[in-house]
Amino acid sequence: MIELVSESRCVSCDVCIAVCPTNVFDAGPGGIPVIARQSDCQTCFMCEAHCPADALFVAPQTHPVPDGSPLRDESHLASSGLLGSYRREIGWGRGRRPGARLAVGPELGRARITPAALS
Amino acid sequence: MSSSTLDLTADVVVAGGGPAGTWAALTAAVAGADVILLDKGYCGTSGPTASGGTGVWYTRPDPAEREAAMASREALGGFLQDRRWMARVLEQTYENMNRLETEARYPFPLVDGVPYKRGVQGPEYMRRMRSWIKRKGVRILDHSPVTELLVDGIGTVAGVRGHRRQQAGDYRVRAGAVILATGGCAFLSKALGCDVATGDGALFAAEAGAEMSGMEFSNAYGIAPAFTSVTKTAYYSFATFFRGDGSPLAGAGSQGGRSVIAAELLRAGTVLCRLDQATPEQQRQMRLGQPNFFLPFDRLGIDPFTDRFPVTLLLEGTVRGTGGIRIVADDCATTVPGLYAAGDAATRELVCGAFTGGGSHNSAWAMSSGTFAGRGAAAFAAGLGAAATRRKLTGVGEVGVTSADESGIGRAEALEVIRREVHPYDKNYLRNGSRLRPALAELDAVWDALRGGARATGGDLPGLRQAAAMVAHARWMYTSALARTESRGMARREEFPELDPNQYHRLTVGGLDTLWTRPEAVTGRGLAVA
Repeated sequence: MIELVSESRCVSCDVCIAVCPTNVFDAGPGGIPVIARQSDCQTCFMCEAHCPADALFVAPQTHPVPDGSPLRDESHLASSGLLGSYRREIGWGRGRRPGARLAVGPELGRARITPAALS
Repeated sequence: MSSSTLDLTADVVVAGGGPAGTWAALTAAVAGADVILLDKGYCGTSGPTASGGTGVWYTRPDPAEREAAMASREALGGFLQDRRWMARVLEQTYENMNRLETEARYPFPLVDGVPYKRGVQGPEYMRRMRSWIKRKGVRILDHSPVTELLVDGIGTVAGVRGHRRQQAGDYRVRAGAVILATGGCAFLSKALGCDVATGDGALFAAEAGAEMSGMEFSNAYGIAPAFTSVTKTAYYSFATFFRGDGSPLAGAGSQGGRSVIAAELLRAGTVLCRLDQATPEQQRQMRLGQPNFFLPFDRLGIDPFTDRFPVTLLLEGTVRGTGGIRIVADDCATTVPGLYAAGDAATRELVCGAFTGGGSHNSAWAMSSGTFAGRGAAAFAAGLGAAATRRKLTGVGEVGVTSADESGIGRAEALEVIRREVHPYDKNYLRNGSRLRPALAELDAVWDALRGGARATGGDLPGLRQAAAMVAHARWMYTSALARTESRGMARREEFPELDPNQYHRLTVGGLDTLWTRPEAVTGRGLAVA
């Protein structure tokens, strides 16, 4: 779920308010959007992909992470490279090559069925 | 109408802004129609396609290649596909994917110097579809859920009513034709991008008199790391599955062994997984092919190729099932004049029969059926001429829209019953009449209680209508599942494990208060038999 709107990074473009398909954000005081309806977040990461300032972080859990979790800690998320990592992976942002240009996955054969005993 | 209601007119209205809706809007606009597209979320990010990468059932126009593509899925689909529709979808998909490159400038990867068109990246695809339809003059209203259809004096669909949640106002659009591209129904399971897929269009269609088909093919569940949303089941073909104690879970697999995972989750609550069958080269390709597959792992510090991690199964319902609004003509017309259906909102039996793993067949269907519906709706609207704008309109919405005695229940209670009667693996996935019948009775009671519940207005109405849509969806699913006393495609019954040649038919289901089913002859197969 969406866990962080970085006040220091946010450029007050309100793109997240527009693009969130489940309307999680509201306009906030001073131009920083607020997470108004976290429980409606469907953890689709689309706000992160569209944020031009890498100011948003979506934790992968579909429930809120506890207070004190590193996934809510901006300095941890920035220093670990997680903040902005999805946008980097899909190659969105000035000067980047779209990830779509490289997106050729492996050939998928018949799915493995787990055997009774592993060799 | 209150004074704050926005009153608009269009030739064609498209409800839903995923791949089917945008291709429908594009096609109708290019055909000369004035088009309004309404998305309950945001056209460009809404729905399961936008939030992931997906395969596309793309083949070159080579007879042998096309024949192989059609033949490869027939047994899986219980031979319920329509060969003629499969062929026209393959042809339309080929044309659309080529247009995506030349007209929307989608950056396909090059393999041996040739653009590779057997897949798309959802964020890139849907961002480009949005700008493309805007360039063609389509008006987009985001955050504007439809709440009901409007009909004229003889029951022809002639517009929609809805709510603009970011403006806190209602709207009405008078239209020559309406296309429902509202997606399937995943029952708010948090499967990736699916919480906007609550089956709204099927409810609207049924209220106008339309029928559903294939609703027994509705028990899709996707594999995700436990407590996360990322249902990208395809890559679990590289997985080995384990019990909580670390012993191998024999028979488990992403294809052909998913019910073993469901049974173990029911029994013990824990299934572990490791993607230990992927070579280093395949691991590298997986990251390029589906960057979002790795989001949960990277963010939780898991190496999925060497670590064992817990997995769960999330309900994907008719998003990756094949049931939906019944299509009765090549232009994706429904049984109701003026009403068209496309994408996951429509039945996908015509191309997938009784089974789809989602992905490539659904995405080909979305873009093709959207194109067919856009063309059909534009022609229908043009045929009405000036009379289209002079019709008296009446809303056909019932639950939540029309007033009742207020003794019934609301959205929260209905969602609780959905969680209890539709999400569980032992009810919807591992189906048995002895468990389906009481679940259906519970859902019937909830429907009656919703019917007797309070009328909602403004911003409260879309949520209540979504709850009603999910309850209606589940009742059609279980009614059809009970009527099919055999196992065909994904519709399996524990007590009827074999395919029954006497049930070689499609199943139409309909009704709101009283439900009915009707067998329908399989079309488009020539002399082919099961």
